[in-house]
Amino acid sequence: MQANDVWLVVPLYNEAKVIGDVVRTARTRFPKIVCVDDGSTDQSAGRADEAGAVVVRHPVNLGQGAALQTGLAYALTDPDMRYCVTYDADGQHQLADVEAMLARIRQGDVRVVFGSRFLDDRTDASLLKRLILRVAVAYTNLTTGTRLTDAHNGLRVLERSVVERLDITQNRMAHASEIVAQIGAMRFDGKQVAYAEAPVHILYTDYSKAKGQSLWNAVNILAELIWR
Amino acid sequence: MKQLGIQALLIIGTLAISWRLLAGSGQRTQALRRIGLLVLAGFAIWSILDPGIWNRIATRVGIGRGADLILYGLVLAFFGFVVTTFRRFRQMEVRYTRLARRIALDEAPRVSDLFPSAAHAPAPDSKGTDAD
Repeated sequence: MQANDVWLVVPLYNEAKVIGDVVRTARTRFPKIVCVDDGSTDQSAGRADEAGAVVVRHPVNLGQGAALQTGLAYALTDPDMRYCVTYDADGQHQLADVEAMLARIRQGDVRVVFGSRFLDDRTDASLLKRLILRVAVAYTNLTTGTRLTDAHNGLRVLERSVVERLDITQNRMAHASEIVAQIGAMRFDGKQVAYAEAPVHILYTDYSKAKGQSLWNAVNILAELIWR
Repeated sequence: MKQLGIQALLIIGTLAISWRLLAGSGQRTQALRRIGLLVLAGFAIWSILDPGIWNRIATRVGIGRGADLILYGLVLAFFGFVVTTFRRFRQMEVRYTRLARRIALDEAPRVSDLFPSAAHAPAPDSKGTDAD
């Protein structure tokens, strides 16, 4: 199987409505999917399990960053794993984008591929959202020594060597910047990690909009970053 | 111009506390905190015995009222408390997360059972996650 060296890591928290379909669709191309149920109070874990994902259950709610780290740690127990894809549970990512990103990383010259909503104009985000994301990415670039166009995108492809070194401790939203910061600080043979960005298309459905990050959350992200 | 002195002192105090408590290594920070507590207790006893002392110190540094000086001191102490508490909670959260993750991973189905790789026996079609 060609995708046998890929794990989709999906942090899962109260997405019972959509997770079944998201997993079923993703399973058509990627057999290895781990959903980290972050103490959901609905049927999320059961739905993910029925749909064919491996479900790892946090005993208590810890946050999305913590769930990601758990999923990555689980994927590392598979000796066949070469790439981890971080993937959102709410169905806003496209499998075609994942495959394009995997094709990119398989070329072998980069260890990380970040998804970016701003490399083309397929993603239809509101003006305010664009502004917030721009500020967030400017701050991240400033503090981490990386050059990205979108730091708060849930879609990333990481090579095993990077996953092994990653240690996300920001349990809540600031984990996205923390991941970028840690990757920016990693050195392989004294050299910075080579990364690339790939255009991704985020589907802002009514469902994901209702759950999306608000302006207040941007304030929280900033505070968590400063006070780490 | 007397205020300038106390203002500088208070600002330096604020910065020192936040820096010391933010960047301090465990033992030293704890020791400093305890010394600070002792000094505070000493001052408390002194001001009980000699209630005018705060007023005299305050006039000397240019504040005027002893009550104001105590208020500034309290604000500083409270700020320090907030910062240390924040840090301690953060450390606790990291530890607690590691523990919860360990439990989650220990209870998770093993990859080798779900996806026997080519080296192992031929793979079954179903993944069979029977965790219970």
